[in-house]
Amino acid sequence: MFEADTNLHEFDRRMVWTGFRQLVPLALFVTLFGAAFGLAAVQAGLDDSIIIAMSTLVFAGASQFATLELWGPQVPLFTLVITVFAINARHLLMGATLYPWLRQLPPGKRYAVMLVASDANWAMSLQAFNRGKPGIGLLLGGGIALWSFWVVGTWLGVQFGGAIQEPRQLGLDMVMGCFLLAMVVGGEKNLRTLAIWSVAACASLLAYRYLPENTHVVVGALAGGGAGLFWAEKTNER
Amino acid sequence: MSVETTGLGALILVLVMAGVTLATRWGGVYVMSFVPLGARVRRFISAMSGSVLVALLAPLALEGDLGARLALLATAAVMLMVKKPLPAIAVGILVAALVRQLGNGAV
Repeated sequence: MFEADTNLHEFDRRMVWTGFRQLVPLALFVTLFGAAFGLAAVQAGLDDSIIIAMSTLVFAGASQFATLELWGPQVPLFTLVITVFAINARHLLMGATLYPWLRQLPPGKRYAVMLVASDANWAMSLQAFNRGKPGIGLLLGGGIALWSFWVVGTWLGVQFGGAIQEPRQLGLDMVMGCFLLAMVVGGEKNLRTLAIWSVAACASLLAYRYLPENTHVVVGALAGGGAGLFWAEKTNER
Repeated sequence: MSVETTGLGALILVLVMAGVTLATRWGGVYVMSFVPLGARVRRFISAMSGSVLVALLAPLALEGDLGARLALLATAAVMLMVKKPLPAIAVGILVAALVRQLGNGAV
């Protein structure tokens, strides 16, 4: 699966543009999600410029929505940091999974492309690498698409949010979930992967019920990784 | 310690959020640069990569509302049939919207 010592990490302007275009259809949905955030943030009492700044600089929807729950005349700093960290801790794992390819880039580029890493472009990028195709263009180009549409969507929500009163009623909260599931279903499937996924799912559910909020992703992913250690692949690599 | 959300306070909060999030985007890559990439480590992160998605989805699939669960089911079904993500996502969102609209009508 890992062909890390090849030139799959290489990318140029054309590949970034291709990655951008590949993520635009999904980014259109992200725009709506961004609009929903913009509206929710206005309703939570944030200034317009702060809302736009948050989407531009943070670029992590789930944690931004969670922050709105904490927002008031005063915001507890420690709680804010823990909440944002816990929800975004999955980025740590994303960076780690891409490392076999990222490490072949000079450090400057390596960290620059990670600036726009988020769920969808990470998943696409990793899938490309695992299929023996270059993936950094997808990560960077796709990330730029998601980021710019997220910011534009937020702005639209701040300006004309009234158009989407209840994003849930339109199913918009399901955009990322459905996309990520499509990636899972479209990925490699065999007995070993299914076993690993079962471990991950069970651990995640247990953490969801019994551990502090927002820890389930990290717990489930680490459990799945552990399962992969115990069940070695029969045929090594392709 | 709390931060006032008036004036500069709100901007400071946003910068703190941005800093924490950036640390998560960079941290995994940074830590891995100290870990020798042996066969075991590769196996671990390879197994972890799919598990991130599954761990993210599991509570949504089992503890979500009917709309969320049927949306995921529809997405999986369409994805298995046509093997293209976009139609699968579109159907999933449509199902979530329909179920929730109907649910509201019924109540």
